[in-house]
Amino acid sequence: MSNRRFAITAFVVAIALIGASLAIENAYFFTAAYGVLVFVILATAWNILGGYTGYVNFGTPAFFAIGAYTTVFLYNAFQAPLIVDIVCGTAVAGLAGLAVGYLTLRLRGVFFAIATLALAVVMLTFVVNWEYVGGARGAYVITRGDAPFGFASWKHYLYVVIAVLATVAIVVARLLERSKIGRGLAAIRDDELAAECAGVPTLRLKLLSAATSCGLMGMAGTTYPYFYAYTEPLSIFSLSYAVNAIAMPMIGGMTSWVGPLIGALLLGTLQQLVQVTIASDLNLLITGLLLVLFVTLAPNGILGWFDAWKRRRKR
Amino acid sequence: MAGVLLQASGVTKHFGGFYALDKVDLEVREGERLGLIGPNGSGKTTLVNCITGTLRHDEGTVRFNGHDISRLATHGRIRLGLARSFQIPKPFASMSVVDNLRVPLLYAASAHAGAAKVSEARSREEAMVILREVGLEEKAEERSGGLTQVDMRKLELARAMASRPKLLISDEAMAGLSSSEVDDIITLLLKMKDRGVAVIMIEHIMRAVMRFSERVAVLDAGKKIADGSPQEVVANPDVQRAYLGE
Repeated sequence: MSNRRFAITAFVVAIALIGASLAIENAYFFTAAYGVLVFVILATAWNILGGYTGYVNFGTPAFFAIGAYTTVFLYNAFQAPLIVDIVCGTAVAGLAGLAVGYLTLRLRGVFFAIATLALAVVMLTFVVNWEYVGGARGAYVITRGDAPFGFASWKHYLYVVIAVLATVAIVVARLLERSKIGRGLAAIRDDELAAECAGVPTLRLKLLSAATSCGLMGMAGTTYPYFYAYTEPLSIFSLSYAVNAIAMPMIGGMTSWVGPLIGALLLGTLQQLVQVTIASDLNLLITGLLLVLFVTLAPNGILGWFDAWKRRRKR
Repeated sequence: MAGVLLQASGVTKHFGGFYALDKVDLEVREGERLGLIGPNGSGKTTLVNCITGTLRHDEGTVRFNGHDISRLATHGRIRLGLARSFQIPKPFASMSVVDNLRVPLLYAASAHAGAAKVSEARSREEAMVILREVGLEEKAEERSGGLTQVDMRKLELARAMASRPKLLISDEAMAGLSSSEVDDIITLLLKMKDRGVAVIMIEHIMRAVMRFSERVAVLDAGKKIADGSPQEVVANPDVQRAYLGE
């Protein structure tokens, strides 16, 4: 399928699903679905650098926070409309990814991973000490009046927005994957020196991949302050984002855009169910156990397992 | 006489106080077949690394096809028409054999001045043509990580050919292969001549070097000690000393 056809199909499917789901009366559905869709974006974004290019990012919360706090800042400063928050948050996170990449991606190996881990700590300290965006107390972003475009509530509206953003993330990921750039990224993942010797501009592609990946992570955070109304550092810099962004693609499969989507839907939904029925503290435990299970039993994720099954059947 | 394609002059590379290359001059003419030999550790691979840009040399210049490429990143040099194969094969292991070739076809072959752009669809056809030539056609859809050693060497050469080079550097493509396999690889490299591609062959197997080369250059301890026809070089007392000792 060509990329344009894919994009059109993706948006049609998304609109149909969103339209159908708006009929659901249970208000909690929208909170749960919002949470899952955020993970769809984070997992898809992480996979662009982690899965396609082979560079691990431990700092998902840092980039997610850049998105969220850009919104808080713009709200405090200008009461900026949501679309401005989304565009700016994505851009700032993308630039941050580019900067970290420029400093560390020139070297092969673990330097980028270490730097992203450090960035999460630096960003947390920075936010906690920045009074303008609420510091350690946190900040309120209050939605006033009726929801725009005739939606029943702001929750409904923001749920639709995040669903559209998730579709954008998936389309971008697939666009990169099935293009000349995608082949270059895969070559870098397999052998960087050989890639360079095949004419691939490895540094440029790594930076592009880092900027896109981190930008999309930022995008995932931009609606957070509106949706939860209260934004505070400890929940934004939650370990859950860092772990799940890695676990979901690994469980789903890292070679294609489908993997993170499957992983996020599966793990995200499971976590929401557990949160309601048992206890929210169990979420990371479940992620951890599943991750260990998959790494040992199906290291290429659900996709890899499915491929192997298809090959066996053919014989 | 064909023009000079590659001209390395006074190339020096040291690691701390150790001079891996000491003012090495090397010329390759268009379409020429050059054998580059020397004992282990004499600097052959270092010289290749300096020519392709994997290492930056400390002094001297490298000119290729009229451009000074001393400051150019590796991928830029490849796009000008240099190509190399690796001593230890480095396939893109997760890709199929044919996809391995599509990477240089898309990134390097299209970049040459005046070359037609290779589209995704065309890249497959072109890759298959090259695979047919090296005899990997039937393994096109196999995962390259699972190939045998000989096939991996062939893939290395095929991938280098896919970037449509003017100069191909083959770094010990035959080490550890059987006699008939060596002949296969020599045949492949000799075919490059028909395409007007110059070849630098680095090799320890003297039978292959003598059969293949029009000219042989010898490195010893980072210095070039001989450069001439295969017969001259073998008769050269310095070369005999370097290989056999006093």
